[in-house]
Parts: sequence; structure tokens; C-alpha cells
Amino acid sequence: MSAMLLPLADFTAPKIEYNELMPLLVVFGAACVGVLVEAFLPRPMRHLVQLAITVVAVVVSGVLTGILMNDKKELIAAQGAISVDGPALFTWLILLALTLISVLLFAERSIDGGLSAFAGQAAAVPGSEAEREGTAARIEHTEIFPLTLFAVGGMMLFASSNDLLVLFVALEVFSLPLYLLCGLARRRRLISQEAAMKYFLLGAFSSAFLLFGIALLYGYAGTMSLGGISDALSTQTGGDTILLAGTGLVGVGLLFKVGAVPFHSWTPDVYQGAPTPVTGFMAACTKIAAFVGLMRVFYVALGGTRWDWAPMMWIVAILTMVVGSIVAITQTDVKRMLAYSSIAHAGFLLTAFVGLAQAGSGVHNGITSTQAVLFYLVSYGFPTIGAFAVVTLVRDAGGEATHLSRWAGLGKKSPLLAGIFAFFLLSFAGIPLTAGFTGKWAVFSAAWTGGAWPLVVVAVLSSLVAAFFYVRVIVLMFFSDLPADAPDVALPGWQTTSAVALGLAATVVLGLVPGPVLDLAARAGEFIR
Amino acid sequence: MSHELTWLLVAVPAVSAAILLLGGKATNAWGHLLGTLAPLISFAFGVVLFIQMQAKPSDNRAETVRLFEWFSVGQIKVEFSLLIDPLSILFVLLITGVGSLIHIYSIGYMEHDERRRRFFGYLNLFIASMLLLVLAADYLLVFVGWEGVGLASYLLIGFWQYKTSAAVAAKKAFVVNRVGDIGLSLAVMSMWALFGSSAFATVNAGAEHLSKTWATLLGLMLLLAACGKSAQVPLQSWLLDAMEGPTPVSALIHAATMVTAGVYLVVRSHAIFEQSDAASTAVVIVGTVTALAGAIIGCAKDDIKKALAGSTMSQIGYMMLAAGLGPVGYVFAIFHLLTHGFFKANMFLGAGSVMHGMNDDVNMRRYGALRKYLRITYVTFAFGYLAILGIPPFSGFFSKDKIIEVAFADNTVVGLCALLGAGITAFYMTRLMMMTFFGEKRWEEDVHPHESPKVMTGALVVLAILSLVGGALYFVGHWIVKWLTPVTGFEEAELPISDVAMSLIILAVVLVGAGVGVMLFRRDIPRTAPVRVSPVTTFARRDLYGDALNEALFMRPGQYLTRTLVWLDNRGVDGLVNGLAALFGGLSGRLRRVQTGFVRSYALSMVFGAAFVVVALLAVRLS
Repeated sequence: MSAMLLPLADFTAPKIEYNELMPLLVVFGAACVGVLVEAFLPRPMRHLVQLAITVVAVVVSGVLTGILMNDKKELIAAQGAISVDGPALFTWLILLALTLISVLLFAERSIDGGLSAFAGQAAAVPGSEAEREGTAARIEHTEIFPLTLFAVGGMMLFASSNDLLVLFVALEVFSLPLYLLCGLARRRRLISQEAAMKYFLLGAFSSAFLLFGIALLYGYAGTMSLGGISDALSTQTGGDTILLAGTGLVGVGLLFKVGAVPFHSWTPDVYQGAPTPVTGFMAACTKIAAFVGLMRVFYVALGGTRWDWAPMMWIVAILTMVVGSIVAITQTDVKRMLAYSSIAHAGFLLTAFVGLAQAGSGVHNGITSTQAVLFYLVSYGFPTIGAFAVVTLVRDAGGEATHLSRWAGLGKKSPLLAGIFAFFLLSFAGIPLTAGFTGKWAVFSAAWTGGAWPLVVVAVLSSLVAAFFYVRVIVLMFFSDLPADAPDVALPGWQTTSAVALGLAATVVLGLVPGPVLDLAARAGEFIR
Repeated sequence: MSHELTWLLVAVPAVSAAILLLGGKATNAWGHLLGTLAPLISFAFGVVLFIQMQAKPSDNRAETVRLFEWFSVGQIKVEFSLLIDPLSILFVLLITGVGSLIHIYSIGYMEHDERRRRFFGYLNLFIASMLLLVLAADYLLVFVGWEGVGLASYLLIGFWQYKTSAAVAAKKAFVVNRVGDIGLSLAVMSMWALFGSSAFATVNAGAEHLSKTWATLLGLMLLLAACGKSAQVPLQSWLLDAMEGPTPVSALIHAATMVTAGVYLVVRSHAIFEQSDAASTAVVIVGTVTALAGAIIGCAKDDIKKALAGSTMSQIGYMMLAAGLGPVGYVFAIFHLLTHGFFKANMFLGAGSVMHGMNDDVNMRRYGALRKYLRITYVTFAFGYLAILGIPPFSGFFSKDKIIEVAFADNTVVGLCALLGAGITAFYMTRLMMMTFFGEKRWEEDVHPHESPKVMTGALVVLAILSLVGGALYFVGHWIVKWLTPVTGFEEAELPISDVAMSLIILAVVLVGAGVGVMLFRRDIPRTAPVRVSPVTTFARRDLYGDALNEALFMRPGQYLTRTLVWLDNRGVDGLVNGLAALFGGLSGRLRRVQTGFVRSYALSMVFGAAFVVVALLAVRLS
């Protein structure tokens, strides 16, 4: 009761910069509208309406972000909770672009007998009568679209949160929809559900670490805001153990989302089990959001103790590159191989991250770590989604044929598709004139100028190893004989076709003329406090 | 036409390659003609550029053609620009000239291959990449061409992919070349860190101010790159296997052009090598060792192409040796590179012509007496033979003599090794000659040797003439020395004895080597290789145990490391899952056994990871 009796004058409404936050609000608003659509529209109309809402929301939000970037407005919005700075806007833009491609894949219905890649009724027992009836009646979960919007909204918020509590909330906002999406595969539902369960359990586990770390940092600094923690570092003495333990635990939570060794063990299982379009979305977008979040926390809040955490990150980076590259060699499943490849890429990104090439800290020429990581994320995101899109097209009676032996001779059956996949693999391997090459040069040179040359040596050696398993797949596709029972290559609808085409175009353009995007990343500047 | 259009040199074969590779079956009918026309156009254009360049004053011949800015990050700027100077134009002429001849020859050689169009597409791709490599004005752009020629070489070695040996050889070439590529990529990154740029102009200007250590490191990185591409010890092992590719490929890529890219890189980076005696000495040692190793391998091979491949290694060793000696040697390294391009392409194509007549048999023990049946091939091959031996007035006499002379001027031991190499070269080439063209017939029963079609012999004749007159580049007023001096610098070597005496000594050693060859291989040659041979022969037959060494040093440990890590990931992390993995039913009723791990062991690994992270943080602070 006492709260209600407070005089009105004591309550000041929080100042919300609606203009600057509009891209976020559009996405979240559209997601809420999507939920209402599920409740009120008849089933046959939902697919089209949901797709339209999602695409419009993503495009509008992207345009608004572009306008903000153009205006170069940088500020801390919402009472210090959200930081709308250059890197945040850049991240929003790539997240939205990649989401657009992913949504196209989600909407694909022509490659599996007129049904999408998602289960008709998630609650029906796999293999049961109810499920068969649902399939016959062409029931679909169109909730995937609002779920995707919530996820991408959470990722955008995560990348721009200026406060540890907002960071945590955003993490959960994007993680929960992903757990659901992982479990919704139409084919091989048990392994999909298992993947969702594992992802959920381990995600919850890592959230606990993160939350505990946040609590410790709060205990040290007395504030949750990143800028406040940074100030505390420079003024406060004592309490170092709490600070370091907090740093470590927050690091664990963030490295889990990044997929760094030794917190990577969920990646192969989840990537393999999740519906392939979702895997592509996660592999590209989650990694982007998590990396920007990681950089923001460690650069902005914990930049003052960088010499304390850098050695630990060095070891993690080396482990991640080496384990990712080497274990990928013996994978026999395309999706698992791509999962380990994404782990290796996380390692390459970490080299730039711990290279600590920062403007003003002795780096007079070249690229800063932030810029290198941002560019690498772009050059990694597009081929990743493109590659997973290709995976959805190689099918046999049981759905996607993901075992590598089933890809033998694909180049003879469908030279175009195999050629495109080979191109994506070459980009992952970092062959010149592809996006991956420019990205690798960017991160390696950032690490090099930052003085982390041993990391660069390890990174070059790892990419050598990695090149081997990428090329192995190419050799398998083009230089092996086509077996008699080879899987079919499904004829994609316009959605998958345009997704692959966009991924391919971006990979080619980023390799040939990376200048504009590099400029954009350079103009994004540094994180503000 | 002006030098502004230099990019056309690269663009023409690149476009042609794209048409041939993407055009599909529609281009089958005329693909080989387009593929041959492309290098010819580039060659014609190269000649025009060359003539224009010659008309200019000697200190003003280099032109940088800026095409566009590739990317710029902070103060690092990489431009897509080409450098056309006396050094690169010589390479352009060699690549497009010899390249065109080999394209023409291939029309005949690949006539019955149903994938001929694709073959020409790959060859064009190679020409374009190689031209980019030598025309680039920035090390990063060199790297692009470097990878391009590697790719083309990989595709062409494995062109007959139905042969397992070809596929394996292609893979080996790819892997070994990647090892060399590490050197180049590290060098480029170091240049960015040291000079803020990898453009030739900046690097050359900045090299003077380098510390000794960095100059040595950069030199060694570049040498590693050169070793990979040019098949120098210790990265030599792929070249012999690369002979699995079609013979025109061996002639063009694995003899005349691509394998000399390492020499080009060293000469082009002379500003760096001049700053470090250690790096230059390393180049000399690598060159000398390879020159001898290649020659010894060449003595023991019965496969005509592998014998020639050993010889290629050895001759590139000579070029490396000369390039390592500094300003006294650069010019002669390039000179020998050009003459070698002529006579070795000539001999490889000759070998191809022999194989063409012998049902693609490569074993010289089943040749013999072919001089009567393949007259044109025999005569043209003989020209190449005399050139590589260094018999005056053939081209090899001028180029090889100069290298041995500067080697003696620098160091007697190196000189003696080079001289010994010349003697062994004479021996194994004579052996090859005797076994192929002289002696008794040792053919298989169904072999009926016949001369190759005109389109093939025509190329042989042109190359034979070039093998004869190539020396004119030097003996006509020391033209090549004057031509290259503005780019590489030149110093006259001080010989211990007069150069006439030196030439006579070299000639004597060569004649002794050839004489021994004639004596030994005049008599009957067994049709199967003897099994009981001396350890030295076994040593040479097994390529000086290069493969065994690679396997023991790199492959085995690598395999163990991989296996151990996989084992750890499967057992240590995932728990004992393999046997217990649950069985999951696919929706379509199919059961698939799926390997998976338990969440609890994943979670445990995370706990350990978290403990490690926190302990690492605390340890740093407390230490």
C-alpha cells in the first residue's frame, strides 16, 4: 500500500530514446504481433501472414539501423541500460541481414513434399498416430517466425547491452526461443529433441555461471553498469579475488555461447540435431551476438584488468583453434564437421579478440581488434548460412543425407550445387579471393599488430590443418565415383534459392571488393561507455 | 597499346579459362582453339610491351599500373596494381611464349581425351595465375597468383583422376605446397608489421633499415615459400610424383614456369636478402644441396619423366644457388631460368612425343633404338640434351658456365659442388639418351613407334631452335646483364682463374660424365630393373629417402596427435558412449545408430573448464 501512497512528484519517468531504440522495438513489437496472429488467425493464413510480418519487421528494422548509422548518433540509451554505438549498430545490421536469409530458409516448403523443415506438432509423440494425422492434415508450427523474431531481438539487445543485468536478460531472451527451435525438426525428431534438451540443460548451466559471475562483479564494484565497473577498477583497491573470480565466471558464460573450447561440447550435438535452417541461423547469428557481447564486457568493463585475463584467453584461443581444426578432420557427418569448423572459427576470432589491438594503445597502423572481429563475423556469417542451406538440399528417403559418405560424387550429380558448396568451403579455408581470406587477414593482422604473434603462428598452422578437411570434402564431391544409391538433390523453392544466392553473392563480393564493408567496420569505431 | 593495358595480359587467359570451365559441353568443339588463342594474344601483347620498353632509357623502364584499391584498413593499403619492368617482362614472354607452344602441342597430345576442353581451361587458368604472380606489385597479390598456380597445378596433376596414383600425387603436391605457403603468408604479415605495407616499392625502400634479425627471418620465410613452390630440399618430394599429370603439364608447369617461381621470389626480394648474410647463405646451401640431390635422383630413374623431373630439381637448384650469391648471381639465375625453360620444355615435350609413339609407356628399359623411328623427336631432343650438358654453342653452355663461375668466385666448395653436379648431369642425361634412342629394341610386343603429328613436332622444332640460340641473350653484347641491372643490380664476379680456362675445365668434366654414360649404357640393358643393386642406387631410387623422412617426421606424429585428440574427445569428454549410445528411430521407421554424449559429462567438462579459467586468472595475478 505504501507504494501507492507515494507522492507522484517522486516518480520520474525513465528517459527512453525511442528513436534510437526503434530497430529493437520494431523487432520485439512484430514478435508480439506474431503471437497474436497465432491466436486469432485461421490456420491456413498463418504461414503467409507470419512470413510477411517477419520479413517486413526485419527489413524495416534494418533500414532504421541504416539511418542511425548514417546519422552517426552514438549514445547510451534507456538510462544507461543500452549502448547504441557504432559496433552495436553494425552488429544489428549484420544480424538482421543474416536473419532475413535464415527466415527465407525457415519458410521453405517445397523440398520436403510441401512441408517445412519443422515438426507439425511438437507435442505429438514421434512416430505416433497423432503425428501421422497431423502430417496428413499439413499442420505446421508457424510459431517459428515469432520465436525467430524474439531470438534476433534478444541477440540485438545482447550485443548492445551496457549493463550486466540487461546482458543476462537479453541472453535468456535469445536463448529460450533457440532451445525451442532446436527441438522442432520434422525428420529425426528424437535426435532433434535430444539436442534441444542438451542445449537447454547446458545453456541453463552456463547461465548459472554467468549469473554468479555477475553477482561477484556487483559485489566488487557495487554497480552493474559496464562503465561503472570500469571506473571501480581504476579507483578501488582490494577485493581482487572477487573481481577475478567474477571475471572468470562471466567469461565462462560468454565463452559457452561463443562455442570456445573447453565449453564447446554442446556445439556438435546441437548443430547436428537441430533442424538445418536453425543450425545455420544459430551458427551465424548466435556467434555474432555472443562475440560482440564478449568484446563489450571485456573491453568496456574489464579493459583495466586486461593483463590479468589475456593469458587465460590466449590459452582458450589456442585450444579452440587446435581442437576445432583437428577434431574436424575425422568427422563423418557434414553438420558435425561444420560444427567443429565453427569452433575453429571461434578460435580465429579469439586471436583478434585477445590480440588487443586497440585504437590509442600503441596501434598506429592497421586494424583494431573490434573492427577485425566485426569484419570476420560478416565474412563468416554469410557462407555459413549458405553452406547449411546447401545441406538442406541433399536428401534421401530419410530426409537430409548428412553422412559425408553420402556426398561422394555429388559433383557429378549436381555440379552447380557441389560447386557452390565447394566455394563456401574454400571461403572457410581462407583461400584468396573469397570472403574468408579477407576475414582471416583482418583478424590475423589485428592480432599481429597487437603483439600476439605466437597466436598468429598457431592460427596459421590451424588454418592449414583446417584447409585439409575442407579440401577433403571437395575431393570427395568431385573426385569420387557416384554410388548407385546416391541421395537426390532436391529442387529448391524460391526461398532456398535466394538464400543460397545471397550467401554466395556476399561471399564473392566480400572476397573481391571487401573495401566498403571494411570501411563500414572501421567507421563503426570503438565501443562507447 | 600502352602499358596501362597490362591487365589484359592476365585478363585474356582468365576470361578464356572462365568460358571453357563454365561453358560446358557447348564449347567442346572449339574449346581447344580458344584455349590456344588466349596465350597467343597475351604473347603478342607481351612482345609489344617489350618493344616499347626497350625503346625507353634503361633507368626508366619500370611502370606500376594501378588498377584499383583492393582494400585499405587504417594505414595499411593494398592496391591491386601490376608492375611491368625488365624482370617481369622476361617472365611474361617466357610464360606466354613457351606456354603458347605447349598449348599448340597439347592440341595434338590430348586429341583423344574426351575432357580436352577442360584441360585447356585449366591450362589457361594456370597461365593467368602465373602472369598475375610475376606481374603483381605487392607481395599479397603475388600470394594470390601463388595460390592460383598451386590450384591449377593440383588440378592438372590429378587430371587423370581415375588413376589413384595421380590423385595421390595431386594431394601430395597440394599439401607440400601449403607448407611452403605458410612461409609466404608469414612473410607478408611480418612486412605489414614492419613496413606497414607489402608493396614491393615500400618493402624495398624499407629493407635497408631492417634489423639483422628481421632481415634473416624474412629471408628464411621467403626461402621456405620458394622451397615449396620450386621443389627444393627439404620440400622436394612432390615434384617427382607430379609427373603423373599429362606430359604437357610437366613441361609447362613442372619444368619451364611454375617451379621457377621460387627463384623469381628470391630475386624479386633481393633487397631483403642483401641485408642478411645468413639468409643468403641458406639460399646457397639449399640450392647446392638440391642441385646435387636432383642430379643423383636423376641417375637412378627408369621412368623417363621422373628422370627429367630429377633434372629439373637439380637445374632449379643451380638457379637458387646463383640467386643466393647476390648481385653477382641474380642475372645469371634469371638467364639460366630462361634457357632452362626452353631446353627443358623441349625435352619434356620430346618425352611426351616418345610416349605418344610407345603406347604411353614411360619405362626407358622398354625403349631403345628409337632414333630410327622418331627422327624429328630424336633430333630436337638431342638439341635439348646438348643444351643441358652445356656444349657450346648451345644455350645451356652460356648460362650454366656463368653460374659455376660465380659459384667458384664466391666459395671453392660451392664451386666444386656445382662442377660435380654438371658432371653428374652429363652422366644421367647421356644415360637417358642412350636408353631411349640408341642400343637395341627392347619394346613390348604390340608397340609400333611412329612419329607424332605435325602440330606436336612443330612445337618441338621451335623449342629446339630456342635451345640452340637462347645463349644469344648473353653473348650478344651481354644484353641480359644490361637489361636486368636496373632491377637487380649487378657486380662482376672476380674469378680465381681466367674464364676461358674455367670453361675448358667445366667442358672437360661434362665430357667425362657423358663419356662414362656412353661406356656404361652402350651395352645391353636388362628389360627389368635389377633388384640387387648397391646401396647408393637404392638410395637414389628411393628419392634419397625424402618420402620416408617426411613420413617419419611429419605424417606419423600428425596422425598420432589427431588420433589422440579424437580419442580424448570421444572417451574423455563424451564419456564411455560408444557402446552405450542409444538407438534412435528415424521418423521413417529407419533406425540409425547415433553417437552421442551424455549431458552430464559435458557439464562436467564445463566445470573443469570454469575451474581452469578462474585458476588461470588467479594464477596470473598471484604470480
